[in-house]
Amino acid sequence: MPHTKLRRLVTISVAVTLGATALAACGSSDDNDSEADSGPVSLTYWSWTPGMDKVADLWNKGQGKKDRITVTVKKQASGDTLVTKILTAHKAKKAPDLVQAEYQALPTLVSNDALADIAGDVDGVKDKFADGVWQQTTLGSDAVYAIPQDSGPMMFYYRQDLFKKYGLEVPGTWDQFAETARALKKKSPETDLTTFSANDSGLFAGLAQQAGAKWWTTEGQKWKVGIDDAATQKVADFWGGLVKEGAIDNQPMYTPAWNKALNTGKQIAWVSAVWAPGTLTTAAPDTKGKWAMAPLPQWSQGESVTGSWGGSSTAVTTDSKHKSAAAKFAAWLNTDPAALTALAKEGGIYPAATTAQTSDAFTEPPAFFSNQKDFYTQAADIAKTTAPSAWGPNVNVAYTTFNDAFGSAAKNKSDFGAALKTMQGETVADLKKQGFEVAE
Amino acid sequence: MSSLAVRKASPAAGTTPGTAQGPPLRRRIAFVPTVTLLIGAIYCLLPVAWVVIASTKSGSELFSTFTFLPGTGFADNVTDLSAYRDGLYWKWMGNSALYAGLGALLSTVVSAFSGYALAIYRFRGRETIFNILMAGVLMPPVILAIPQYLLMAKADLTDSYASVLLPLILSPYGVYLARIYAAAAVPGDVVEAGRMDGASELRIFTRIALPMMVPGLVTVFLFQFVAVWNNFLLPYIMLSDDEKFPITLGLFTLLEQGSNTPALYTLVITGALLAVIPLIALFLVIQRFWSLDLLSGAVKS
Repeated sequence: MPHTKLRRLVTISVAVTLGATALAACGSSDDNDSEADSGPVSLTYWSWTPGMDKVADLWNKGQGKKDRITVTVKKQASGDTLVTKILTAHKAKKAPDLVQAEYQALPTLVSNDALADIAGDVDGVKDKFADGVWQQTTLGSDAVYAIPQDSGPMMFYYRQDLFKKYGLEVPGTWDQFAETARALKKKSPETDLTTFSANDSGLFAGLAQQAGAKWWTTEGQKWKVGIDDAATQKVADFWGGLVKEGAIDNQPMYTPAWNKALNTGKQIAWVSAVWAPGTLTTAAPDTKGKWAMAPLPQWSQGESVTGSWGGSSTAVTTDSKHKSAAAKFAAWLNTDPAALTALAKEGGIYPAATTAQTSDAFTEPPAFFSNQKDFYTQAADIAKTTAPSAWGPNVNVAYTTFNDAFGSAAKNKSDFGAALKTMQGETVADLKKQGFEVAE
Repeated sequence: MSSLAVRKASPAAGTTPGTAQGPPLRRRIAFVPTVTLLIGAIYCLLPVAWVVIASTKSGSELFSTFTFLPGTGFADNVTDLSAYRDGLYWKWMGNSALYAGLGALLSTVVSAFSGYALAIYRFRGRETIFNILMAGVLMPPVILAIPQYLLMAKADLTDSYASVLLPLILSPYGVYLARIYAAAAVPGDVVEAGRMDGASELRIFTRIALPMMVPGLVTVFLFQFVAVWNNFLLPYIMLSDDEKFPITLGLFTLLEQGSNTPALYTLVITGALLAVIPLIALFLVIQRFWSLDLLSGAVKS
């Protein structure tokens, strides 16, 4: 994306100065947790979801009025910069009561002691979510650091009309996927099945997750980094091979050129997630009704596993004076049918709560996929097969290294395995630098 | 390299005056700088042209039609932008005008006072103060944003208009410029003459020195205005309520809507274009004050 550079610059500069001022901030700490939930409570909530203020209004006029809990939404820009902003505010003990956070940001926030454990306030909420999704909010412990909001189960999108034209079949396995890419190259050398984008670390992470990779795990008190594990190597070699032989394109996604390639049928498929219809609407407006969705290709025949790309949760901060009230709102927001319907309509999110995935808001397919009537039924089935993911406290570092190392590897069509080693090395080095113990 | 210079120089030495080598030679000398400047101009203006043209394209035209082919959606884009969350964009524009206008004005006033004092009065520690300010000039404001945030948090001022305005008031660069300018434009004799006539120090400053310093202060004001208008990190750290956001931050939230919501490219592009217009207008209006520079230098000798 064009603004990645700005984002990275901001993140880096904030990170640098955060370190420099950590000492200055240490002075103030009289934090007495007065749980004054009896009187009227007002909470602030940092979120980037469009229309979240309208959903909060539902609460303020309904359940919230009864419980005398008012929530004010302050709209933020999403991304790593928000994590940095939350941590800065937390240093001054000024973080809002509730924050929206992407799953991969949770370990960073938790290791900085910014998120409260709300396990005691959210009994029975766990059952509303798929295990693979819920486990991301507990970080493998008994604590609960957030309530899942939306999820991004990955799927395979393809141009139905062009697949027919070129006589291609929807690939069920990655081997077939490679064959399809090669077959297409033979029939139409100008056309690519898809591209490997070295700008989208989240996509690669999701693909590795599908293959069974566990990038961050804990061993006692130590972190173990498995970015260069067998599963990820398999994924890297697969895509690296396709790029090297020229079977697929190597240009980044989300650029005007990529939009054009999708719009004109120069690229005829996209490995993406459930939110893809929204992106396609703006990227390829002329292709409405020509796409179809299928499950992600599998590593071996008969399996059904998918990864996830994107998705976020609602967390309560340690700075909140009203943690129980905040947890109550977070649970309502992400499990109440009315709230979830409003979230889907106002914010366009795909809910993490399993019952909501087949609710009234999702009976009709997205407008861009009007030809695929069972889009959301199929999506809900795929969502159930999401593999568990394992995030660590420095996902941002791993992602930045991914962009750099895989960026040049994809451009030069060189060895992706070497790029993966760089990613592993830098991530481990950064963990150690931050003072974490790392198991080799 | 040197052989080239020699070869170029030899016809200029003019052993054959009849062939009139002059004009073509002058043209040849001007060729390289002209091309360089042209390339520079294209480099600077092409992105601007892109923004202007892209802002006329509707969402479906943006990425599908030829890059420099004007689209048909400019009016719609402006309407959509104004309609976005009940005209929040214009609120951001107003906020930017407030931060940049008031912030630059206050900082110019402070710079004028301190620059004048540092230039005219002799007192102990003057150079020390000035050197500290110089160090402040070298310090990128980005580094200061977080310490400033932590200070504001102690004073319970975060997420307020004051939290963005206060750190802007003292601008080391402004003070530095004002001092240099005051030293050059306000002659010591004039100040001395004012004292002889019994004017108070404040009166000398406001009635005699200040008018002489105007061109310099206009420069300070413009610099500050542009710096604040384009500032990102300070308001980003300080503010959480998007009703108080300046335009830079507002456009950033339009881009970063989360992975499941497409970025509002057309709105951002149109918004960016409209956000530049006040800056251009300001420069056109204030530019003429700069020409005073020459006149005011002629007070003495």
